[in-house]
Amino acid sequence: MDEHKSNKGPDAPSTFEVTRRTVIETGATALLLTTLPRAALAAGAVDDNEPPASPAQVELQINGQAHSLMLDPRTTLLDTLREHLALTGSKKGCDHGQCGACTVLIDGRRINSCLTLAVMHDGQSITTIEGLAAGDNLHPLQAAFVEHDGFQCGYCTSGQICSAVGMLAESRQGMPSYVTEDLTQPAADLTDVEIRERMSGNICRCAAYPNIVAAIKQAAGIAT
Amino acid sequence: MKAFTYQRADSAAQAAAAVKPGTKIIAGGTNLLDLMKLQVETPSKLVDINRLPLDKIEETPDGGLRIGTLVRNSDLAADPRVRQRYGVLSRALLAGASAQLRNKATTGGNLLQRTRCYYFYDVTKPCNKRNPGSGCAALAGFNRIHAILGTSDHCIATHPSDMAVAMRALDANVETVNRTGETRVIPIAEFHRLPGKTPEIETSLQPGEIITAVTLPPPPPGVQVYRKVRDRASYAFALVSVAAVVDSTRGRIRSARLAFGGLALKPWRSAQAEQKLTNASANTTTFNSAADAVLEGARGYGGNDFKMPLTRRTLHSVLAEMTRT
Repeated sequence: MDEHKSNKGPDAPSTFEVTRRTVIETGATALLLTTLPRAALAAGAVDDNEPPASPAQVELQINGQAHSLMLDPRTTLLDTLREHLALTGSKKGCDHGQCGACTVLIDGRRINSCLTLAVMHDGQSITTIEGLAAGDNLHPLQAAFVEHDGFQCGYCTSGQICSAVGMLAESRQGMPSYVTEDLTQPAADLTDVEIRERMSGNICRCAAYPNIVAAIKQAAGIAT
Repeated sequence: MKAFTYQRADSAAQAAAAVKPGTKIIAGGTNLLDLMKLQVETPSKLVDINRLPLDKIEETPDGGLRIGTLVRNSDLAADPRVRQRYGVLSRALLAGASAQLRNKATTGGNLLQRTRCYYFYDVTKPCNKRNPGSGCAALAGFNRIHAILGTSDHCIATHPSDMAVAMRALDANVETVNRTGETRVIPIAEFHRLPGKTPEIETSLQPGEIITAVTLPPPPPGVQVYRKVRDRASYAFALVSVAAVVDSTRGRIRSARLAFGGLALKPWRSAQAEQKLTNASANTTTFNSAADAVLEGARGYGGNDFKMPLTRRTLHSVLAEMTRT
């Protein structure tokens, strides 16, 4: 393993869970190594059949828990979450910042985790879909997505929900969008058109858009 | 992605000094990392400038604004002073990319982003910009998104930025520092270069010179509009875009500034077109003569021929809207 967990955070898992996850992750990697052809591995983000650059020490606060990692500088934040920390809620769709499936929040702001390097975020706080619920109590946006059927296959959903959390925060801060009619006014009402424009960085192949808009409106306390 | 070493810069001059052949500065990284994954960019070293204190928007003594190079596109678009005084810039920023990308993308990085020409992105195809002397696959290829103005036989790519188009209309200046700490101011008109015979040279930045800020002069008089025409209603690059600042009253135009995106390898401005609009009646004849002036020397390459009538119609629409009494 190339990282260790320092269980400083309030939601730190028990030793048993860490061990269990470690075993599963190691087992899965071993399986991949034995079953996938070399070309498939080379398609990964960092393996170009050449020696890695010297690893860098990276401290990340993820969902309230401190992680200390030694990473190849090429490792994207998305690959760090998925491949090094087994936080597979954030999805790899296009891996080029075009689909939004990898959306996470850094210090509360939504970004594409596939288009940034973990080393660039040393010392920062990251919230992923795994960090939104309070125990068994779903985040209001998670609950609203369930209630309004805001997905079909579900692959884009964690990105949609993280993006919506960031979007509602931006809206509360009075940030405008391309469809905001009067830029000189501090805040725009979250109409359907505003929500669709503000969420346009999250693509849903199943086209659950009407239900996604309805879920976001409910979570934002807007009458649907 | 090819292996690279990673360094965090402590000062802008130190970052500039660290720039050697094969080194890239990384700020937002939304374009650079995309290109590195495809091995269009293969730096051996990345210098991260994200922790430098270049993320402020400040008033200048002359009534303009100084925008630090690390100000994120979303923060620049949302700044109350930009929204009040430079609406065209706010609109242009909001017309570009997605909210997630704007939260990361920086002011300097936006100016330096690379073309989205398909052949530039495809390392199996010839491209004079990526591999000088290899040829241009777009000339006889799929060139629907390509340039009609300022092209050469070596490259017909466009510059993809919306922000830069608005800045061109606002006569912004780009501030830089080099490895010896020397500073320089480059008018945005001279910042991006047309392809000519050296499409691999994209800006007037010297090796080891990095952007520290963009300054905006006081806002020009008149109404400001950014109109973007694209294949989707959101989250798509411009086929044609217009940043316009028009000062008019009762159907008479006093002055106009027009900058175009999607037409060339740099934000395009036509002094002749602006002259046609100066002290002119706001009518179809005037708008037509302005469009003629913009399109003077325009050349289509098959797939992008439609950009000529589209430019004309977009300009008409914008000018009619802005001068409506």
